[in-house]
Amino acid sequence: MNRFDYVRPATLAEAVAAGAEPGAAYLAAGTNLVDLMKTGAARPDLLVDITHLPGLAAIDPLPDGGVRIGAMVRNADLAHDAHFAHQFPAVAEALLAGASAQLRNAATVGGNLMQRTRCRYFQDPASACNRREPGSGCPAHGGEARSHAILGFSDACIATHASDLCVPLVGLDAVVEIDGPAGRREVPLDAFHLLPGDTPERETMLARGDLVTALRLPGTAAAFRAHARYLKLRERTSFAFALVSAAAMLQIEDGTITAARIALGGVAAKPWRARAAEAVLADAAPEAPAFARAAEAALADARPAGGNGFKIDLAKRVVERALALAAAGTPARVPALPASVFAPAGDPAHA
Amino acid sequence: MTHTIRLSINGTPGDIALDDPRVTLLDLLRERLGLTGSKKGCDRGQCGACTVLVDGRRINACLALAVSLDGAEVATIEGLADGDRLHPVQEAFIAHDGMQCGFCTPGQIMSAVGLIAEGQAGDERERIREGMSGNICRCGAYAGIVDAVLDARRILAEAERKVRA
Repeated sequence: MNRFDYVRPATLAEAVAAGAEPGAAYLAAGTNLVDLMKTGAARPDLLVDITHLPGLAAIDPLPDGGVRIGAMVRNADLAHDAHFAHQFPAVAEALLAGASAQLRNAATVGGNLMQRTRCRYFQDPASACNRREPGSGCPAHGGEARSHAILGFSDACIATHASDLCVPLVGLDAVVEIDGPAGRREVPLDAFHLLPGDTPERETMLARGDLVTALRLPGTAAAFRAHARYLKLRERTSFAFALVSAAAMLQIEDGTITAARIALGGVAAKPWRARAAEAVLADAAPEAPAFARAAEAALADARPAGGNGFKIDLAKRVVERALALAAAGTPARVPALPASVFAPAGDPAHA
Repeated sequence: MTHTIRLSINGTPGDIALDDPRVTLLDLLRERLGLTGSKKGCDRGQCGACTVLVDGRRINACLALAVSLDGAEVATIEGLADGDRLHPVQEAFIAHDGMQCGFCTPGQIMSAVGLIAEGQAGDERERIREGMSGNICRCGAYAGIVDAVLDARRILAEAERKVRA
């Protein structure tokens, strides 16, 4: 690990001032950043510790039925907040499908947005990587790309964003609150992460010194709670990143889908909202033929980035199955194996 | 620059001067405080051998920078027994053969203590397996580990009922 300076600001204003210094990085739990610093893939000159800042760790219900989640809320605390899990069950399921209990106890919601790709070439400082060192090349092209992107990638980069949490959040129109040298602002989560294009080193829309302070879900997101699931296909049942995943959230009235939200994980450099698939489901019967059409629409633009063409069919099947699970109803409690393709559908008793 | 932090370790508070902010909680415990019960398996947060409780919650000590934990209460495997009397989770691991080589065992036991305190898994084997998935056992003692967690949870719940009664 490189040498670095460490500061622990007492206020948000102090933190933002320090975070705007060249070479600075914000430190939350460090579950991703410290790991990357150990390998040398990340080499910050200054760590700005934001874990002791006041006011960033609350889960506040909003008057419209939505919720504001402070950036320093720990993943486990959000997943096990009874009111939150009841209102936004697919988000709770996605949280519990991610990492391990130890990591969920430490990792923060803000840090989850800021996590870096698990592309092995990015993680290995001995490899070239356009994301880590602009212009150095992309060995994943023509290399080991089994888990890489099938949507929205470029010649410069085929990495994916590994978050589970962000997948249902982007489907539910989450908003990111940001503080920074230019003041406070907010941006839809769907516009927060950037596709690689010619500048894969720009992973988010944040400018230097910007700090994620909170996430908000609108009250309309809770209207999907009776039919909301997350499904995550991975190479072992627990404690693995998604090969592909999907959040499926429906509103069903009198046997007809009145609103649908679909998003995919593990397929692109950002959580992937599938609006074309949502449109296919409008006014459809919540049954297999409509789910198959929606899955085709969700992956219509998909193409292999290397030896990962199999992910396209897998993603379609995961979308179809997630929709079927959502239509069957949200289980009263997150299943013992959250988001697992091996879990029984559960008892649809959630209201 | 030296950073002085205050940590309570196994119930004993103290000031610790860190001459380098790179020190993880795991390296602080093992290399500077002589508490070598917490193991360094992968040092990447993937194996769970370094699991300790920080403010009552199980985390990977290898991924936490010690300097950031100023003010925290840390519990390690060394503080679990009451003198010569083993903690019920330790006794259950022995009774159910929840180990073979023993390298992962301190992390498994601290993780099990955390899992039982979290109260999410109950007596469902599948929820215990899922809740313990952050602890790898390369000897494959998983069946005994799940039995031990089930048994320890029952014993701890009974003890709590007696205290309340």
